[in-house]
Amino acid sequence: MKAKIRKIATFVEETQREMEREISPPTRRAAAVAVIENPCAGKYVEDLAELMAIGEELGELLAARAVAALGISGPSAESYGKAAAVGENGELEHAAAILHPKLGIPVRRVLGKGAALIPSSKKRGGMGVVLDIPLGHKDAAFVRSHFDGMEVRMNDAPRANEIMVAVAVTDSGRPLARVGGLTKDQIKGEDGLR
Amino acid sequence: MPEVVIRKKVTCVEEVFHEGGPVAEKPLRRAAAIVVIRNPFAGSYVENIEGFMDDLKPLGLEMAHTLIAALGGDAKVVEGYGKGAIVGSAGEIEHGALWHVPGGYAMRDVLGGAKAIVASTKKVGGPGTRLDVPVTHINASYVRSHFDAMEVGVNDAPRADEILLALVMTTGARVHARVGGLKASEIKGEDGLR
Repeated sequence: MKAKIRKIATFVEETQREMEREISPPTRRAAAVAVIENPCAGKYVEDLAELMAIGEELGELLAARAVAALGISGPSAESYGKAAAVGENGELEHAAAILHPKLGIPVRRVLGKGAALIPSSKKRGGMGVVLDIPLGHKDAAFVRSHFDGMEVRMNDAPRANEIMVAVAVTDSGRPLARVGGLTKDQIKGEDGLR
Repeated sequence: MPEVVIRKKVTCVEEVFHEGGPVAEKPLRRAAAIVVIRNPFAGSYVENIEGFMDDLKPLGLEMAHTLIAALGGDAKVVEGYGKGAIVGSAGEIEHGALWHVPGGYAMRDVLGGAKAIVASTKKVGGPGTRLDVPVTHINASYVRSHFDAMEVGVNDAPRADEILLALVMTTGARVHARVGGLKASEIKGEDGLR
């Protein structure tokens, strides 16, 4: 493996009630987060191919971990998202190199499909920085009930020479979603949008 | 006593491979089970609260089983534990103290009669409050390599009328433990201390 991983964490959230209403079945989402060494920390590196390759590895690893944490098959996942936080000796472009060129293909392989863009966020920050991973339906970005976000953080990451990389997967939309828009049963699934 | 009403469950698992030193042959794993419940005593002073501890016992057992499952399903791998609670702003610290008995004894039972007191902490706080749950060896509190902690928290909990309950289990020593003291191999296992 190209990535030098210090730590992996998984988070599973299950919401059973909201505003005194039962959520049945409960909405569930999971995030898998890897803390890796940033091979480009502390200097300007023009060619970020190494980080792109690491992104490919982590796409598969983190998507598989998130799906396993939910205890579902990949194709039953409904929405997804990704995010990265670069430690203070790195640059935002390092997060972009991990997230954008190659991470998505293995994520989609694990999930069976994934016609929609994988929503993403990135930032630079110190240990304990909060990542808000944006979430959207995996086959149709306009499904309004699935616009969401999941917060993850780790008190001891990222260190200055590290990058924290996260993939989130859900089996559902928001609890009590009721602001209209395209619903999941209306998905055509051709263009990734509707 | 009032029923236990759950809004949300969160499970977090960390797997630590190294922290700048040699990569561990067997990575350290820490897991936290978090449940957000309604605080039945929020908003006023209630003198008699003790009975709620009995109501929480089944939840304690369920959370202890969740942790063992999250660590792979074998209770024998568990070497450290701890517990904690965060009480929302309309409650009092004493409500958090209700967790000592049902949380602690649940883990000791599920682990086959672990001998050491379960390290604990609690506080009153708003949504997103973080709690450093202390962790010690399950059979001998003085095992220095197993003094540890896991930070837990949920961005949208506890609300004012809620309590966040947490249990933590770990599979071993700190990843690069080397500050001496009583070793796990030296435990007598009679008094829960040494």
